[in-house]
Amino acid sequence: MTRTVMIDPVTRIEGHAKISIHLDDAGKVADARFHVTEFRGFEKFCVGRSFWEMPGITARICGICPVSHLMASAKAGDAILGVQIPPTAEKLRRMMNWGQIIQSHALSFFHLSSPDLIMGMDSDPAQRNIMGLIQQDPELARKGIRLRQFGQEVIRTLGGKSIHPAWTVPGGVREPLTAEKREKIATMLPERFDLIETALDLVYNAHETFANEIGNYGDFPSLFAGLVGPDGELEHYNGLLRVVNSEGKRVEDGIAPEKYREIIGEAVEPWSYLKFPYYKPLGYANGAGMYRVGPLARLNVCDFAGTRRANRALHEFRRLMKLDKPVSGTFYYHYARLIEILFCLEKIEDTIQDPDILNTHVRSQANVNKLVGIGVSEAPRGTLYHEYHIDEHGIIKEANLIIATGQNNLAMNKTVRQIAEAYVDGNNLTEGMLNRVEHGIRMYDPCLSCSTHAVGQMPMHVQLLSPDGEVLDEKIRG
Amino acid sequence: MSVITLTINEQLVSAQSEQTLLEAIREQGVEIPTLCHLEGLSDKGGCRLCMVEAVGTNRLMPACVTKVQEGMNVRTESERLVEYRKMIIELLLSERNHICAVCVMNGHCELQSLAANLGVNHVRYEYVVPDLPMDASHERFVQDQNRCILCVRCVRVCHEVEGAHNWDVMGRGVNSMVIADLYQPWGSSRSCTGCGKCVQVCPTGALSKKGSTVAEMVKHHDFLGWIMNGREKNIWEYR
Repeated sequence: MTRTVMIDPVTRIEGHAKISIHLDDAGKVADARFHVTEFRGFEKFCVGRSFWEMPGITARICGICPVSHLMASAKAGDAILGVQIPPTAEKLRRMMNWGQIIQSHALSFFHLSSPDLIMGMDSDPAQRNIMGLIQQDPELARKGIRLRQFGQEVIRTLGGKSIHPAWTVPGGVREPLTAEKREKIATMLPERFDLIETALDLVYNAHETFANEIGNYGDFPSLFAGLVGPDGELEHYNGLLRVVNSEGKRVEDGIAPEKYREIIGEAVEPWSYLKFPYYKPLGYANGAGMYRVGPLARLNVCDFAGTRRANRALHEFRRLMKLDKPVSGTFYYHYARLIEILFCLEKIEDTIQDPDILNTHVRSQANVNKLVGIGVSEAPRGTLYHEYHIDEHGIIKEANLIIATGQNNLAMNKTVRQIAEAYVDGNNLTEGMLNRVEHGIRMYDPCLSCSTHAVGQMPMHVQLLSPDGEVLDEKIRG
Repeated sequence: MSVITLTINEQLVSAQSEQTLLEAIREQGVEIPTLCHLEGLSDKGGCRLCMVEAVGTNRLMPACVTKVQEGMNVRTESERLVEYRKMIIELLLSERNHICAVCVMNGHCELQSLAANLGVNHVRYEYVVPDLPMDASHERFVQDQNRCILCVRCVRVCHEVEGAHNWDVMGRGVNSMVIADLYQPWGSSRSCTGCGKCVQVCPTGALSKKGSTVAEMVKHHDFLGWIMNGREKNIWEYR
């Protein structure tokens, strides 16, 4: 008999989800699906607009990482213009992108995930959120908010506002950095280095507390993909595509990002609006081409970080590798996020000392020179692709956007299944299982509104289904 | 030229007999919203935002095309007028696709600031959501029909000031469209001199400089005053 249990509205992912768990005749988990039930259609309604407007329009896909869309979109615009942007513009864009990664990762770790880590997966859902965290550990909550604030301030200082700044444009950026603004960023930095140390301590503790969970929380072999710099360093803005397999072998390296279609395919399933990108050479069937992107993938594909403290942290991180294989536990996304924050702080510290950073030549002028533009950058959640096909006057004829969360779709499904296998008990959904599934999804920090270009809200909705499709148990949150 | 007296908002004022009501009202420092009116161009009474109430008649009068008359008694602000002005703005917003957040004129748009000043915080009418094109064929400028409010400032400035008459209006009612030549892509119009006056007088993002990104387009129409002063009064002063 179907039973619906309402739980307090606690979701803490960007967007909402439905999960179905299918049981076999023996009552064991046969399949688990992570359904994204929202749709927005940006790829369609960009058609007919000018490519000059694309950064401004596509930034509206998301209020959390508008900067990532600004970067990929402006880079696609640069490609259409066929220009090299001024070196200072590139440095400034990188700086905003680092600010973006800091604020988004801090949001994911402190505001969304740390309540699970601090209070435990089985604690009262009504309390297990940022408000509960403020009550229980106000100092920690304050630190999280301060760290995120820095990222937002960098974006605001450069772009005029922290959400949807229209500052990154085809050809460069709209405003140079002033000495006064540079000073403002510099004075905020030291405190943030202290904050990240606190966060790292927290994650080390979590690794001990959740030692049992780590192995069940999406720990499986997969491919990892991301951009790396020319020397193999950690890279978020430019670079070349690299894919490593579960053995640590590079299966793709030095791929120019505009050739992404040669290695990445996109599949669709009738039960989700979120597409299923896969690694083409291995095919889509049975999840063979599943790859992961984002902080964990970036740390797995790069050779080194490229800054002093992040290099050391990465070295430490790589102690988690077994037999030189990539770190495969999804739980370590949290850890990877913090290392990236440290990296971004160091990069900003270095960049603002660059004597060229105040140069006022920050925008290249040109008109349409190419009819296709592809822009690729690393968003907080992984590699982001924008591809525009235009007519000779610059009006978009076709747009293709591949969002980081989509690329983790196969892995998220697999994670849900793994957690369900470990925690589904008989024909009932337990609180503990539900909490763990939710955290399993949250580890990827999925942005469902981005990845489906979604609108509206759907609650997290978990169904336990018998082999003949009967709903054995059902829980709804939100 | 004779001087007449009239009452504006219960103040007795004098005005010159060939002045319009709008000129007389603004001369008194009284704010009154307009969209199709622009100093230096002929008036057409199209937008109806400058409607005023007159004592003795229930009919509203468009101030920009009404001449002052001796003994006239008008009111520029009332609940009814504000309500009508809001309706006009809402109808304009519902007629085409005005997406301020991603518009090149965001923050500098006359329609947007009028909406804000009048307190238009929602639109009561169903959006028409027409499927309209952008014309980026011109070398330097872009026309976006989605943002056009048919104020025809562009048509007037091109005809009256530049003398090219590149722009005109096709169709009727809400289906009217501002077109180049006899419905040519702007880039292939032979009458356009590329002077850019239409772009500068356009109150919204319907006409913009090519390459403008979100909120980047700012327009200046001081040039109209310089040109008209030179032509009509032989005063050649650029300020």
